[in-house]
Amino acid sequence: MNAPIATGVPAFLARFEGLRTRLPGDPAPRLAAAEVLRTLGLPGRRNEAWHYTNLRPIEDAAFSEPLTALRDSGMLLARVPHIGTRLVFVDGRFRVDLSDTPPAIFRPFAMHARFGDLAQPAREPLVALNTMLAEDGAIITLPNDADGGTITLVSLATEAPGRTTAFHPRHQIRVAAGARLTLVEVALGTGTYLHNPVTEIAVEDGATLTHVRLQDESPSAYHLATLYSSVAASGTYDSFTLTLGGRLSRTEIHATLTGAGAIAHLNAAQILTGIQHADFTSVVRHAAPNGTSRQTVKNVLAGSSRGVFQGRIEVARDAQKTDGYQMNQALLLSPDAEVNSKPELEIFADDVKCSHGATVGELDAEQLFYLRSRGVPASEARAILVRAFLSEAIEAVAHDDARAMLERAVSDWWEQHPA
Amino acid sequence: MPAVTETLDTVSAVTQSGYKWGFETTIEMDLAPKGLNEDIIRLISARKEEPDWLLEWRLKAFAAWQQMAEPHWARVDHPRIDYQDLHYYAAPKKKAGPKSLDEVDPELLRTYEKLGIPLKERAILAGVEGADGPQSNIAMDAVFDSVSVATTFRSTLMKAGVIFCPISEAVRDYPELVQQYLGTVVPMADNFFAALNSAVFTDGSFCYVPKGVRCPMELSTYFRINARNTGQFERTLIIADAGSYVSYLEGCTAPQRDENQLHAAVVELIAMDDAQIKYSTVQNWYPGDANGRGGIYNFVTKRGACRGARSKISWTQVETGSAITWKYPSCVLMGDDSVGEFYSVAVTNNHQQADTGSKMIHIGRNTKSTIVSKGISAGKSNNTYRGLVRMLPKAAGARNYTQCDSLLIGDQCGAHTVPYIESRNPTAKVEHEATTSKIADDQLFYCRSRGLSEEDAVNLIVNGFCKDVLKELPMEFAVEAQKLLAVSLEGSVG
Amino acid sequence: MLDIRGLAASINDTPILKGIDLTVPQGEVHAIMGPNGSGKSTLAYVLSGREGYEVTSGSVTYDGKDLLAIEPEDRAAAGVFLAFQYPVELPGVGNANFLRTALNAQRRARGEAELDAVQFLKLARGELRRLAIAEDMLKRNVNVGFSGGEKKRNEVLQMAILRPRLAILDETDSGLDIDALKIVAEGVNALRGPDFSALVITHYQRLLDHIVPDRVHVLAGGRILRSGGPELARELEAKGYTDMVAEAA
Repeated sequence: MNAPIATGVPAFLARFEGLRTRLPGDPAPRLAAAEVLRTLGLPGRRNEAWHYTNLRPIEDAAFSEPLTALRDSGMLLARVPHIGTRLVFVDGRFRVDLSDTPPAIFRPFAMHARFGDLAQPAREPLVALNTMLAEDGAIITLPNDADGGTITLVSLATEAPGRTTAFHPRHQIRVAAGARLTLVEVALGTGTYLHNPVTEIAVEDGATLTHVRLQDESPSAYHLATLYSSVAASGTYDSFTLTLGGRLSRTEIHATLTGAGAIAHLNAAQILTGIQHADFTSVVRHAAPNGTSRQTVKNVLAGSSRGVFQGRIEVARDAQKTDGYQMNQALLLSPDAEVNSKPELEIFADDVKCSHGATVGELDAEQLFYLRSRGVPASEARAILVRAFLSEAIEAVAHDDARAMLERAVSDWWEQHPA
Repeated sequence: MPAVTETLDTVSAVTQSGYKWGFETTIEMDLAPKGLNEDIIRLISARKEEPDWLLEWRLKAFAAWQQMAEPHWARVDHPRIDYQDLHYYAAPKKKAGPKSLDEVDPELLRTYEKLGIPLKERAILAGVEGADGPQSNIAMDAVFDSVSVATTFRSTLMKAGVIFCPISEAVRDYPELVQQYLGTVVPMADNFFAALNSAVFTDGSFCYVPKGVRCPMELSTYFRINARNTGQFERTLIIADAGSYVSYLEGCTAPQRDENQLHAAVVELIAMDDAQIKYSTVQNWYPGDANGRGGIYNFVTKRGACRGARSKISWTQVETGSAITWKYPSCVLMGDDSVGEFYSVAVTNNHQQADTGSKMIHIGRNTKSTIVSKGISAGKSNNTYRGLVRMLPKAAGARNYTQCDSLLIGDQCGAHTVPYIESRNPTAKVEHEATTSKIADDQLFYCRSRGLSEEDAVNLIVNGFCKDVLKELPMEFAVEAQKLLAVSLEGSVG
Repeated sequence: MLDIRGLAASINDTPILKGIDLTVPQGEVHAIMGPNGSGKSTLAYVLSGREGYEVTSGSVTYDGKDLLAIEPEDRAAAGVFLAFQYPVELPGVGNANFLRTALNAQRRARGEAELDAVQFLKLARGELRRLAIAEDMLKRNVNVGFSGGEKKRNEVLQMAILRPRLAILDETDSGLDIDALKIVAEGVNALRGPDFSALVITHYQRLLDHIVPDRVHVLAGGRILRSGGPELARELEAKGYTDMVAEAA
């Protein structure tokens, strides 16, 4: 008789028990995280922040540890453009053999495990899960005024027949005063797996981090990413996330503007089809005056997909002269697609300029006819209009190579899923 | 720069003595013992001489309520309400129902005169001395605590075929109508407060407008809470049959007290093919004093069902009172081409908290909804707009436009917006915009440089801010509303 | 080359065109004039294939082909061009990119070689110069932020680049000042020749001073009431529509 297979949280806790002694770094935070997970469990529908995204599939799955990667990830890697210094992780583990020579500012978490203080494992079960089981990740630390150039972090997940794997990379990026870095992240994979990364980002006085993320995981994968960023006076955190893959994905980005004149851009685009469900949740906290924040998020939904946008701008009492703007637009390309949008404002300071807008609709019939009347075939006309819809978001990406990567990803997607 | 000190002082001077409706009426009351249980419900039903079916209905609702938990997701903070520590029935002793005006306790009549609410029809036409409120051509149902004390112009309305009477009367005189519609828009188990209301509601207005009739006058109900330690649970039901039109106004005030009082009402509106219902509210329940003591808890479920094709329901509200407001007047747009509208100005000052907004549920094709919400926060208050726009799969060609704007006065208050947008039909279009602002120093200076006092300037700017909503109010209410806004925000007392 | 027989069309079950008979031989320019609500735009839209119009009877033959059976983009490839009364804006779509895509789509459909970016730009620049339109119009997004006159210039530029064989001008002159009107007229006249036909739909006569038609038709109440030479336009101008409609009744 077979013992019932443990799934969800109990399975993760059991795995922790088995792995405990072999996990790197101080065990204390991990034990605390396990306790949180045991008490809270995974977030359910009653949790307001998870109102539109159901984690049932994670509860019901039995995840195993990735095997030491035997399979050749070459084919996957070939799909990743080579931008700047490329550092490759396979199933959550750093692969020096597949990477460029790592720069001095990089160290793998496996060797130097240290949990930062920006993440909130006590409140967020998925972050607790990551804290509990993180084995590896990228720790990138730039000294004052350094120019880190461009680094591409690649996450590849390889297919393990019969096994559904889970890995929880923990990344920390610190850009010290006056320093600059462009960080490109690409996530690809085959098969079914859970990729649950947590990233803690500190941008200090006058520093700039440009963060371009491409999530193109396997269509049957689960991608649940949580990012915490803190931006000091006159610092800039400029991020853009393009979501194309994953059966169920959530990108949750928190940005706290702690110093005067800080800037945070949390922009994104999600293009979905089939039965995909993708949730982009962003929270910007203005804790200091004269901050600027932008959240421009576009959803293009085909098939029976479901796109979710939850965006919050919080302005504290002392954050006068805040300039916060949020725009969320959704384009529904099929009658079975669904969009849920909750743009929130929580304002406690009066001398601020905060606004948000949201629209939902379909491709404009007049515009389509105009293109067709000039000879452009219907499907190409639709492609032109969808690309135009997305261009406002993608054009915001200043880094030429990164932007080109995103544009190509969008074209490729359209070619594979002509609507 | 945040609002200048003078403006802050002006604004904070408000509720020290600004609530001019805070007086109490001394009158003999018939009070049920405190507590909430089946016996109380039977007592209420017996006092009102209700038929068995309604008693059963109340008991079912009570049973459902006991299984439910108080909701806590709104951004409002309040100490636990002890539901057993309230009287659920309080009526002026002399009359347990509306009679001719000659039989109404003169003390009551004086109360309404003081409030500026004319009850004597002659007085209405002649103009009551010192009255500020609505004048002629409005039929009025006056509700004092749990009961309706008078309803004017009933015969005029009957001639047009319009039924307008207290719901307690409608239950007796038109039971089939009430039974057909009661609880069909807000089911008894819809939410905690609706269930409570369904169990213990005592009175409210009932209106039925027959096919093709344009109601010859505006209808209104004026709610006055007077007795201490009571909860107010009124129930209003308005049915507009095919092709009819009715405009209804609701006004409310309560005495100034240190304890909080609970007001949990339910309003159900039903509009058939080509019918229109316009429902306007000027809510001025006692908001609590400058330190946040006392004040009404206003937890209301208001919903309109646009059942017929091309039907239309408009909600217009000016909310300036109550310590805590929790209400989301909604429209369920079932009929094809039906229209739902929500226009609101919500003012919070001192320690008031408001969590209010609207839900528009689009079911039918080519349905349209418009939401214009203006929130003004001052003092240490918190004002939240919470809305839902839901486009269901069959809502082809549906349209929603939402505009929610917040005006912050002073830097101790908060203004929040939480809209939910859900769409399952690609041909449905949703457009939502929200902005947050303050009264700019240069705006104030400009007004003052043209000779306006600071108070006048604030008033002017606030009125401009609320213009889109105020223009939706019936004329009589618009004037009262503007005055109310001025009083709520300025130092002047009437 | 354009043969319309007994064309009747409705919008939402309301009949607008009630039986149009009209022939435009190759190389000719015909004007259609009529009061508001006569069905002028409907005719233009039915010919170019816009959705929302139901053809209830009749036929349209273009170059021997059944025009109504062809998709809008294929009508364009066959040489039909509708100059819109209110050209729509395409935010995010660059004008140059749009023109090149459209041109190449048509050439592809016709089995002709496509133009690369360099060849296209050369072609475009030539036309811009000829039409005295600033080159920066190519860099802007299609019609976004364009004034009324600029939108019409853009339509004329498109005609010059796409070189249609049947141009339908739907009240192109509405809201234009005299200078913009001349540009439109020059654009059309530059294309005139044995291979080019046009249907100029207009409410006013003044455009026809600049684009002199071979024939004029009066459209009212969904039908063609009268046809004649260019002098018919002047007669209409003098009499007004009401009288002419009354006479024809």
